[in-house]
Amino acid sequence: MESLMIILVGILVAIATYLILSRSVFRVIVGTAILSHAVHLLLLTVGGLKKGDVPIIGQADDPFTDALPQALILTAIVISFAVTAFLLVLAYRMYLTNGTDDFSELGGKSDE
Amino acid sequence: MILIARRFLLLIVAFSIMLPFIAAALIPLIYRRFKNIHLGWFVLVVPTVLFSFLASYIPRIADGKTFVKTYEWIPTFGINITTYLDGLSMIFSLLITGVGSLVILYSIFYLSTKESLHHFYCYLLLFMGAMLGVVLSDNLMVLYVFWELTSVSSFLLIAFWHHRKASRAGARKAMIITVSGGVAMLAGFLMLYVASGTFSIREIIANLEVVQASTLFVPAMLLVLLGAFTKSAQFPFHIWLPDAMEAPTPVSAYLHSATMVKAGIYLVARTTPIFGAHEVWFWTVSGVGILTLFWGSFNAVRQYDLKALLAYSTISQLGLIMSLFGLGSIALHLGYSTDSVIYTQATFAALFHLINHSTFKGALFMMVGIVDHEVGTRDIRRLGGLMALMPFTFTIAVIGSFSMAGLPPFNGFLSKEMFFAATVNIMQLNIFSLDSFGIIFPIVAWIASVFTFIYCAIIVMRTFFGKLQPDRLEKPPHEAPIGMLISPYILISLVVGIFIFPNVLGHYILQPAMASIYPMFPSSEELTPHIAAWHGYINTELWMTFGVIVFGTLLYLSLKKWRPMYQLFPQKYTFNAMYERIIGFGEGYSGRVTNRYMNGNVSYYFIYIYVFFIVVLAGYAVYADVLSWDPSKDSAIESYELVLAFVMVFAAGAILVAKQRITVVLLNGVLGYSVAFFFVVFRAPDLALTQLVVESVTTALFLLAFKFLPKIQPEKVSNTVKITKAMISIAVGATVTLIGLAVMNYDKFEPISAYFEDAYNLAGGKNIVNTILGDFRAFDTMLEVVVLFIAGLGVYTLIKLKAKKGDADVESK
Repeated sequence: MESLMIILVGILVAIATYLILSRSVFRVIVGTAILSHAVHLLLLTVGGLKKGDVPIIGQADDPFTDALPQALILTAIVISFAVTAFLLVLAYRMYLTNGTDDFSELGGKSDE
Repeated sequence: MILIARRFLLLIVAFSIMLPFIAAALIPLIYRRFKNIHLGWFVLVVPTVLFSFLASYIPRIADGKTFVKTYEWIPTFGINITTYLDGLSMIFSLLITGVGSLVILYSIFYLSTKESLHHFYCYLLLFMGAMLGVVLSDNLMVLYVFWELTSVSSFLLIAFWHHRKASRAGARKAMIITVSGGVAMLAGFLMLYVASGTFSIREIIANLEVVQASTLFVPAMLLVLLGAFTKSAQFPFHIWLPDAMEAPTPVSAYLHSATMVKAGIYLVARTTPIFGAHEVWFWTVSGVGILTLFWGSFNAVRQYDLKALLAYSTISQLGLIMSLFGLGSIALHLGYSTDSVIYTQATFAALFHLINHSTFKGALFMMVGIVDHEVGTRDIRRLGGLMALMPFTFTIAVIGSFSMAGLPPFNGFLSKEMFFAATVNIMQLNIFSLDSFGIIFPIVAWIASVFTFIYCAIIVMRTFFGKLQPDRLEKPPHEAPIGMLISPYILISLVVGIFIFPNVLGHYILQPAMASIYPMFPSSEELTPHIAAWHGYINTELWMTFGVIVFGTLLYLSLKKWRPMYQLFPQKYTFNAMYERIIGFGEGYSGRVTNRYMNGNVSYYFIYIYVFFIVVLAGYAVYADVLSWDPSKDSAIESYELVLAFVMVFAAGAILVAKQRITVVLLNGVLGYSVAFFFVVFRAPDLALTQLVVESVTTALFLLAFKFLPKIQPEKVSNTVKITKAMISIAVGATVTLIGLAVMNYDKFEPISAYFEDAYNLAGGKNIVNTILGDFRAFDTMLEVVVLFIAGLGVYTLIKLKAKKGDADVESK
């Protein structure tokens, strides 16, 4: 299962990379969202899969599955959500100011 | 009593470095207080006091005493401010303070009070202190600090009239060349430190065998010489000196003839005991010196500007002194014997000419300054016939020029004779392949002397003889004020005085300096030849001087005929043009390179980052052979997990080809919910819950953004770009996969999670994940909340706050 998951992560990373390399701001944001999915799955996988039960005492008997990666992923989910939300609003504002969502048209100011 | 006196004397040496700096700091105060008095009068006190202090040491130094005093600065690195006064530093510090006093006296009459005098004298005092620091320091690092300080203060002085473009260009050029040489010299000093273990010059000389056996010996020598050659305007680094003539004339007289350009000479003299015995040293120093001598005198003849002419003549004379130091170093190679003493005479001649050059060149610069000041031009094509109008200035020009040309009865004659004698002596040696190449020295020296004679004649004849051209002059010509004439008259009286009593100078000043250059030679008495203007018989040197006069006169008279020869050199092959090309190429090329890769398009920067990621990580993994894959320890794959994985791959793949934004957002939702399912499968209920909620909110946000963002267009890019992007993406994915697989297969430590499994006892909670978030590692959670808070604030700000009208243009204003 772990090997399969890592290959899946690799595919997701490749697709995210392709999206991030595109010129449209919208695609780039979707790319970052997919990249965070991939990372969360990778974190879970390297912690070991299905080695035990749900990490809630009383609900199940030992052994538990590793709880630490889960705590880390929970933190990461929230942070990537915050970043995605901010990026979306930033893209909205950028489009409002510059009238384009194409990176290749955002060449910087001439005095820079 | 003697002890106290001696301690006092030691203090004075350190004091003489400090005093100019203190005075420079006080200048703004004095300037503001005494607006009516020329600032130069106050400044004049400094070098005069120092000169008299130092002069009082002359008898003690002549007795062979030296004065050393150490102040700790960075003792852990062996960097201490050690002042060391011996014969050699005595000559230079007397020149610095003596010529310094005269130049400041001259500048009082040269510069009007309308100039920003406080800047001028502040820079000049900084320079004087730095220069005294160079010649009085025993520690190489301290010497380097003062060395660079002379470069900086010279830069400031050259650009004194900074509203002129030529001044700024000249200052920048001088700065670039001297500082690059200085940095090379620093590298040489560090090599010396590595080889010897000390920064002290005296200690290095004491442990000479160790240094000379080191492999760093020759590189250190060449790097130190690079510093000396750039500072002393030796070929081909001489190009900064003519451009430095944009400085006020007192500066040219002081820095660019008498002191700073001799810092390189000083360095060569000071390090001769270390490097002098080596063949490379002999050939580099004397070869470069003799080449500079010729090139400088050859080019001086073609100049029309008197200051440019004097600049090239300075280059040429510095080359002469440099080559004499090179020739004299052969005595160190031969070791002490009664025969080898004759070769030390070259060094003696070098020191002698060093002093002579400062006297006559200082006077000549002041003379040119007077002409410029009273007539308004320095161009020899517009000058002429000034002899009757400016008789006192004319006298300075004649005595200075005759001395420079090497004619009796002036001091230049004596040093030139000694120079010819040295080149003739060296010819007969049979080491360093001198038996075949040694003949070059007297021949080049003689030709260069002929050219020297010609340009000296040009100075006198074209300025003071011929027809007066009053309509081409900017002011009606008249004699200079007496104050301006004092300094050059003191200098020319020295020119004559040294000719009449050369042995006073020889005994008191030069003999102790010889002892510092040849510390291995037992008696400095023997090293000091008796200088005589007339040996009582006609020798080779005298015949050479006759030849110089005859040929020089002939060539000067036919100057018009052969002058077009200079036009034969194409302008673009000059060293100046080469320097311009190098600077231009550096600026242009770095500009092009930067513009090429910093093109302002973020996609390119992503490509650099990804390529770097692939090359470093995948490259290292392959290089270190750490890739491995062992699926045997994997847990079993259930069929629904396989289905889920395929769903994710298809959903992600479909995003790439989706035409509608809604499809993209929904497919992203599919991915998010699949991840949530995986969390369920992998026994992570909290994650699954959070993921479901977050994914729903994110999808809602994406849908909201639709209202405002434009429709996605199909990417209008060529297939090549698409293929490149696809290849990079696949490589990134493959790198992550391969490294992930290899990581899974590693021997790991036991996880620390067993500790958290005791959550109920430790934290009173049954949900282990939640106790970690809220108790064991609550700090993470707190900051995560802060992140969420900041993002919310950012979102609010971006939506609510709008730039006022016109504010958007603030940046471009």
